[in-house]
Formats: sequence, C-alpha cells, structure tokens
Amino acid sequence: MAKSHKPIIWGLFAGGGMVSAFVTPVMILITGLAVPFHLISREAMSYDRVHAFASNPIGKLLLFVVIFLPAWHAAHRLRITAHDFGLRQDIPIAVVLYVTAAVGTIMTISALLKM
Amino acid sequence: MSNDRTITLEVMRYRPETDAAPSFQSYVVPYVEEWVVLDALNYVKDNLDTTVSYRWSCHMAVCGSCGMMIDGEPKLSCKAFLRDYGSKIRVEPLSHFPIERDLVVVIDDFIEKFTRIRPYIIAQSEKPVSEGEYLQTPAQLHKYKQFTLCINCLLCYAACPQYAHNPEFVGPAALSMAHRYNLDSRDSGRDLRQEVSASHEGVWECSFVGACSDVCPKHVDPAAAIQQTKIASTMDYYKALLPGGK
Repeated sequence: MAKSHKPIIWGLFAGGGMVSAFVTPVMILITGLAVPFHLISREAMSYDRVHAFASNPIGKLLLFVVIFLPAWHAAHRLRITAHDFGLRQDIPIAVVLYVTAAVGTIMTISALLKM
Repeated sequence: MSNDRTITLEVMRYRPETDAAPSFQSYVVPYVEEWVVLDALNYVKDNLDTTVSYRWSCHMAVCGSCGMMIDGEPKLSCKAFLRDYGSKIRVEPLSHFPIERDLVVVIDDFIEKFTRIRPYIIAQSEKPVSEGEYLQTPAQLHKYKQFTLCINCLLCYAACPQYAHNPEFVGPAALSMAHRYNLDSRDSGRDLRQEVSASHEGVWECSFVGACSDVCPKHVDPAAAIQQTKIASTMDYYKALLPGGK
C-alpha cells in the first residue's frame, strides 16, 4: 500500500492545533480583553513597542509561528469539516484552502521581513 | 418478575433465497425489567419464530458477536436493556456491512483488514522456551493494555461515517489493534504494520469524527489509537526526510 504524504499537511495541522489551543487564547486575553479593559497598561500595546517587538528576530519568529501555523490548521480543519458536512468536492476545496494558507504564509513572511 | 406489559420488537428480516429486499417483521414480546434486547430476541426465537437468524454467544459483553443496530445505534444486544428504550424497539443488522441473513452480516472485509495489520507479536528473534518468559514491567503493560480490550464486535465500523464513505478504509478496530502491538515492548513488527497504517487507506482516511470511541462497549478508544498513530507516522515521515533517514 502506498505511503501517504498526508503528514506534510497534518504536521502543520497538528502544530497549528497546539498553538491555537494553548497560545491563541492567551493572546486574545491580552490583546482583546486585558489591554482594552485597562488590566494591562495601554502602553504595552503602543505602536512603538509592538513595532520594536516585530523588528526583533526572535519577535519575528514568534509572530510567524503564531500566524502561519494556525492558518494551516484552519485550512485543514475547514477541509475536514466540509467533508464531514457531506461536501464531496474534496480536491477543489483543499486547493482553495491550502492556497489561502500558503498566500497567508508568504504575506506574513514578507511583512515580517520588511519590519 | 413479569407482568402483562409487552413491547414490540421490529426486526429486520432478509432471507436471500426468497426476499428481494430486507423488510421489517414485528413481534410482541413480554417486557421484563431485567431483560436485554438479546433476551427479547431469544424469546422470539424460542417461542414465536424459529427462523429469525442472529449471532450471539456469551450474553455478557465478552464475545463480541451480538452487535446490531438498536433504534439506529450500534449496540451489543446483550448490553442494551429493554428498560432504556420505548415500547417499540427497532433491531437491524450492523450498518455498512452486507447482510448475510436477517441480523447476520458478512464480516469478511473486516477479517481481511484485521489479518493485514498482523495482529500478533512479531519478535525480533524467537528465543527458546528454556530461556524463559518475555518479561514486561507494569509500566510497559499499561502503555497498550487499553487497546487489548477490543472484542472485534464491529460496532465501531457500523458507527464510522468514513468507513461508510470509503469501504477501503482500514477502520477503527484494525488500526487500534495495530497500535496495540506497536506499543508492546515484546514486539518489533511496527515497520511491517506501518505499510498498512501509514497508507492513504490507513490512519489518514480518518477525519476524527470519534464515533468509534463513542459506541465502543469496551472503552478501547480507537479514535485515540488512530490519532496517536498519526503523530507517530508524521514523525516517521519527517525523520525519513532527514539525511540518513529511511
């Protein structure tokens, strides 16, 4: 039986799942709730500080991981969800979703490199 | 024990020599608080209609032969109490398998897949009996014990929408049994089993609906076995890409 190449996508899906489950909620808590409700100083999210963070190589890497992995996770999750809902045009759906994730990945890289 | 209460058992009948298609036949049987659906079927067989065919043996959720659809859900009929259902209970053969006769399904497809994953210990080298047992620590046993509890009742295949969609899918029980032997410290046959497990029709056909684990009467959790196999297969895949990988 032929060995599957699914691990390429599934590896990104699994990694993205970990990030989405453990890191994304904390980010939402900080950027979406704590700062707007003044639980953390608004200065923490000031343009200068965030720009400095995104300019730092480690900051770039962290931002890349928390953006690109969940993007691939979402793409694969939506593909499976479409299948589970009985949409059987698997290949076109997969192409559209994975191309979207790939474009998002490239845009993230180029935006971070310009910082 | 019994009072005058009765229930109606709607049994799917299919006699290939006379029936063009399956149909339902109703039987009125006594309602007994302690009875399971299998008891009701045995009542039918003993008292009302000797021609009804179904598989059963142990009557204690060990043999795995009395699986059937009860009110549309895959269940062991020896574990499904009448008191948990209404006054009318619909009994059908397990979904996703061809019907052999009445409630008996053809399980050849599963047996072929089960054989393909090599459900036995493949030792690196057989040691002579005089050298004694293969020893195992409680921790080593704990790693795979849950997956040994499978009784091959096939409720998981009847519940799996993926198996319904693609009958080539190796399926929950076979894949979790492969995982069980892969995790066994005495075994070294994982590479052979991966040819099946890591193929398209293996774990990668699973979309993790999880229905297999929901219906499993022995709490094997085949969905977990499949997800763990996906992780291990992904590691294999990336390792093979490294220099010196196979």
